[in-house]
Amino acid sequence: MANVLHIVVCAGIVPDPLQTLEPTTGPTGPGLKNEMVLPAVLDPWAACALYEAAALAAKNPGSKLWLVSLGPKAKLQQVMMTVAQKVAFELVPIDGPIGGFPDAHSTAAVLAEAIAAIPGIDRTKLLLFGGWESATRGAGVTLQLVGERLGITDQFQGVDQIDLRGDGSFEVLERVEGGKHQLSVCAGAPAVLGWATGNLAEPRNNPQVGMANMRTIMPALQKAKAAKLEANGLSYVSVSLPKQQRTTRVVKDLTPDEIAAELVAWIGAE
Amino acid sequence: MENLLVLTHADESGSALTRASLEAVTAGLELAARLSAPLTIGIVATDATSAAAALASTGARLLAVSGEAFAQARYATDTAAVEALCRAANATIVLAPGSSRFTRVAAGVAHRLSGFVDTHITALGGAETIEASRWFYRQRIEAVVGRDVRPWFLLLDAGTHAAFAGASGTAKIEEVAVQLPALRTTVSGFRAPQQDQQTIRPDAKMLLVAGAGWTKKQPDGQIHAAEAGELILGFLGATGASLGSSKSLVDQGGEGNSVLPFLTHLNQIGQTGSTPRHAKGLSTCCHGEEPHVVGWRFIADRRAISLDPNCGWTRGKADVVYVADAFPVMARVNALLTAAKA
Repeated sequence: MANVLHIVVCAGIVPDPLQTLEPTTGPTGPGLKNEMVLPAVLDPWAACALYEAAALAAKNPGSKLWLVSLGPKAKLQQVMMTVAQKVAFELVPIDGPIGGFPDAHSTAAVLAEAIAAIPGIDRTKLLLFGGWESATRGAGVTLQLVGERLGITDQFQGVDQIDLRGDGSFEVLERVEGGKHQLSVCAGAPAVLGWATGNLAEPRNNPQVGMANMRTIMPALQKAKAAKLEANGLSYVSVSLPKQQRTTRVVKDLTPDEIAAELVAWIGAE
Repeated sequence: MENLLVLTHADESGSALTRASLEAVTAGLELAARLSAPLTIGIVATDATSAAAALASTGARLLAVSGEAFAQARYATDTAAVEALCRAANATIVLAPGSSRFTRVAAGVAHRLSGFVDTHITALGGAETIEASRWFYRQRIEAVVGRDVRPWFLLLDAGTHAAFAGASGTAKIEEVAVQLPALRTTVSGFRAPQQDQQTIRPDAKMLLVAGAGWTKKQPDGQIHAAEAGELILGFLGATGASLGSSKSLVDQGGEGNSVLPFLTHLNQIGQTGSTPRHAKGLSTCCHGEEPHVVGWRFIADRRAISLDPNCGWTRGKADVVYVADAFPVMARVNALLTAAKA
């Protein structure tokens, strides 16, 4: 029997990983140089969560999928042009600052407020998805905090798989130390699942899905509420690029035997 | 004055503390000495007696939450346990290992106590205040942060402090009672590859990273995935190294291409993977661009084998780059290692 789920995916936008990042300090604290013009993508682990959520919603007719994202409206619009072609969802945009330096607690408060205000959401059916860490702050705490604020006390992080059962309960695999998974069974929604990579490949772009999504995304972006993030006592003593630049020795003229001998000596050296 | 609490938890045995917990104890002792602050250590375990004995020489106040309910990591029980320990200690600063168990619950507990949390802390500095170092943007930008609100939870990355190893003795433990909520989650156990197939070895001195080049067409126009797998596993067997992979190689499994069957997403290193700590790292058939290399931040000594003399590794990211075909090189390396063992 299919279960009707209300799945909310929290996903930020991050600079394309191939971009060079340079920190800078402005009047509101640290940020990235030329941050607003850096090409952006949906946060990679959160994107995995979105694809898993869409697959789960598709398997359970009547389910709904929302994507909640905090960022400057213009950047959100830019990223959604691509993301909207992947899977069907309803966007809940929040117009706010970009980047990894704002406090996670403030971000969580804003996200929780937006989720609680989604019209028609049933919290007894709620699965709160997101990446287990972002590619910006990488703290791995925002989703937990959102869950706490929404009163959800079944939380899983580093999730690679869930198997939903007919009675609404689900089996979940979470990453733990040493290349292992912890296997748990949860009685069902509501629950928080912070996803690692999951098992699904990135869906191909589907222009029809994109067109359908954009009909609701553009009005939602126009109506996006502005959010201000509090510092919560967080201060930055310094923000810098790592100074370590190695002097690389490029070896071009050795035979495989010679390279192997050098490598074996290196492996054995303390 | 600060009031310091170090949170620890037992390993799968239920009674011995994890190595990461003992590292947090070291950090706590150092910080308490620097700030002249009282130190409390909280233990979450099935049976806290032997864990407490290992901490007897710290001289710290020992609090424990113990029982079968805490044998396994679970959000509802662990948040209740950690919250109870924090309230009992009345802590202003809470240090904890950044283990999967405490990472899952620390933020939730911080919120319940109207506190704040920062994670992936790699160093604790400052003179009369606490300044915590951590990385942003997947180990590409380093920052030092402070907070003037309390309680402040700091989760320490593994490998950043020495593990505490004091003399074992008799310790006085104060048991802390916990009111558990109704439990909706049952932990069934762990899933892991069989011991001889486990390629992720966090304690290994060496990391071998396999890139997508292993499954590309070779000079004879054919793909040699099976041979690649044998070479990689042969190296792991001979050296005890841990295996990492680029995302592109792992992803090939989902695209119907030739893959290395022992690789999973858990092996992924980099932007969407892990950032392990090993003394040495050898990259093979991986082009060394930024999304890969951000996962190498904590690899001290780096070498790479790549066919491309202009690959990312040559731009100050590796110590030595061998411009060569990894197939014959790794075959010779394995032969030499096997001969040396014999």
